[in-house]
Amino acid sequence: MVKNIVDWIDARIPMTATYNRHVGQYPTPKNFNFWYFFGSLALLVLVNQLLTGIWLTMNYVPTAEGAFASVEYIMRDVEYGWLLRYMHSTGASAFFVVVYLHMFRGLIYGSYQKPRELLWLFGMLIFLVLMAEAFMGYLLPWGQMSYWGAQVIISLFGAIPFIGDDLTLWIRGDYVVSGATLNRFFALHVIALPLVLVVLVFLHLIALHEVGSNNPDGVEVKKNKDENGWPVDAIPFHPYYTVKDIMGVAGFLIVFCYVLFFMPEGGGYFLEKPNFEAANPMKTPEHIAPVWYFTPFYAILRAIPDKLLGVVGMGLAIAVLFVLPWLDRCKVKSIRYRGLIHKINIAQFTVSFLILGYLGAVPATPTLTIAARIFTLTYFGFFVALWVYSKNEKTKPVPTRVTH
Amino acid sequence: MKKLLIALVTLLPSLAIAAGGSNVHLESANVDFHDKESLERGLNLFQQYCSGCHSTQYQRYGRVAEDLDISVDDMRQKYMFTDAKIGELMENAIPPADAAKWFGAAAPDLTLVARVRGQDWVYSYLKGFYKDESRPFGVNNTVFPLVGMPHVLEDLQGIPVKQEDGTYVTTGGSMNAEEYDQAVRDITGFLAYSADPVKLEREALGWWVLGFLFIFFIVAYLLKKEYWKDVH
Repeated sequence: MVKNIVDWIDARIPMTATYNRHVGQYPTPKNFNFWYFFGSLALLVLVNQLLTGIWLTMNYVPTAEGAFASVEYIMRDVEYGWLLRYMHSTGASAFFVVVYLHMFRGLIYGSYQKPRELLWLFGMLIFLVLMAEAFMGYLLPWGQMSYWGAQVIISLFGAIPFIGDDLTLWIRGDYVVSGATLNRFFALHVIALPLVLVVLVFLHLIALHEVGSNNPDGVEVKKNKDENGWPVDAIPFHPYYTVKDIMGVAGFLIVFCYVLFFMPEGGGYFLEKPNFEAANPMKTPEHIAPVWYFTPFYAILRAIPDKLLGVVGMGLAIAVLFVLPWLDRCKVKSIRYRGLIHKINIAQFTVSFLILGYLGAVPATPTLTIAARIFTLTYFGFFVALWVYSKNEKTKPVPTRVTH
Repeated sequence: MKKLLIALVTLLPSLAIAAGGSNVHLESANVDFHDKESLERGLNLFQQYCSGCHSTQYQRYGRVAEDLDISVDDMRQKYMFTDAKIGELMENAIPPADAAKWFGAAAPDLTLVARVRGQDWVYSYLKGFYKDESRPFGVNNTVFPLVGMPHVLEDLQGIPVKQEDGTYVTTGGSMNAEEYDQAVRDITGFLAYSADPVKLEREALGWWVLGFLFIFFIVAYLLKKEYWKDVH
């Protein structure tokens, strides 16, 4: 019976073939470690955001007059509305946590290198759209930090010569952030950007399955196949990695649900305190801080004294990640077999990024501004140094088989 | 690789220092969400002394009654001073325009103040009024300097007067210092509750969810181990 149905469908669309290509017979290196959980977790969080988002939309009111009260209505009067809202708000931060760790994995194991450049580029586009999605979503609760954060970030576009002022006017649809801005951000947040995001995730997965997964050894498992054409160091994604990822999901959910149920404000980082106060265009908060996932880039913006150059610097900090596959000229992928200089460089980059993240969250003082400048230099220094030393880097011999 | 991980883990706590506010020393409110009698006393004081000017407009009378184990009749008779119905939002009796005329600005809604400022801030603020003749209402506040509000709890606390050595001496209230602290703690508790009314339910549910997830994790781990036996 089931077989008949499957045959009937397969005669019309390649269902079984697609399943086998992407899941059932997708050859996955058998040596994935902890870092390889975050791709599937990002997918899980995306689904969480889409589903909770749909239900939140049912009660959210996208007007300047009604938005803040409607969020409180969801939190108090809608059955389990608080759960939906906290799943969505905690999910936003969790999305960035897993995406940053996922990107870090790509960085240390050289997963951006040939032939995975397009895979990396799709991933970077996902990151970019995700930032836009999060930024616009953060305006919707219409709290003080929603309002003033948007005001500050949108005004950055004003630094662009000639078109700056007109551009900010075009983005806001008004001379200040207002109900008009809220309406368009709502439209973009719930329809336009999620669609783009889903398409990009699809392309990211297609690109991955075309070239095959990298692994902690940076060895191409496709190069070593048995007589049936199956890579000897690979195992089918299902059932091996489905059961392993289910374990990863369980572990992730323990942390996620702990935050969700016991500290949904995330210590004032996931939901900032001033955002429990309705937006008031007449009252500027004492300290306007972006949400934690933007703080490294915000710190770079503030570190540069000139406003236009600051905006350029912030843009470059993200843009330079796009060209990473071409900056790294080393033929060895994994950090395990690369030179000491590369290990030190990645370590200093990680530290710089984390410290910039901290500096972007606290009010600027003269000392902290100097620190932000130093770590802005070391952030960019990572890429410059990488380009310089990677050409003639002294690497260790890469094994022909994965270590497991 | 391991070293990198260790470096990451040791650095992360430094990121947690950031969420701060102003530098005023705040006293700990020690609010107990489980002490419903305290929360009800807080509701009583809030309705008596605060609700004339401050709304708590995001919550409903009926929900408060239900959460604090107050009967609908008691809620109506003791704590509802407007002609609102039990299912309505706890809005305020003064039209904002009148408030702006009398006090210079409409009194802010206080539903979420404990989440915006923190419980300790609310507690310290209510204890922070002192005599200052230069101010329109004759009082100032240690945690909210130049506050535009009179000391509405003066009947209870009396009025603290700053001495030359920097200490305060309080005279004229119907409560002693400990009773006043408790009264202020009750109000703070009520406001903390109204800012986050689902806290107790959320945490109770959270333990069940975490319990389930721990069992699920063990099952998932054993399943993974079983499947991976034949991977060499």
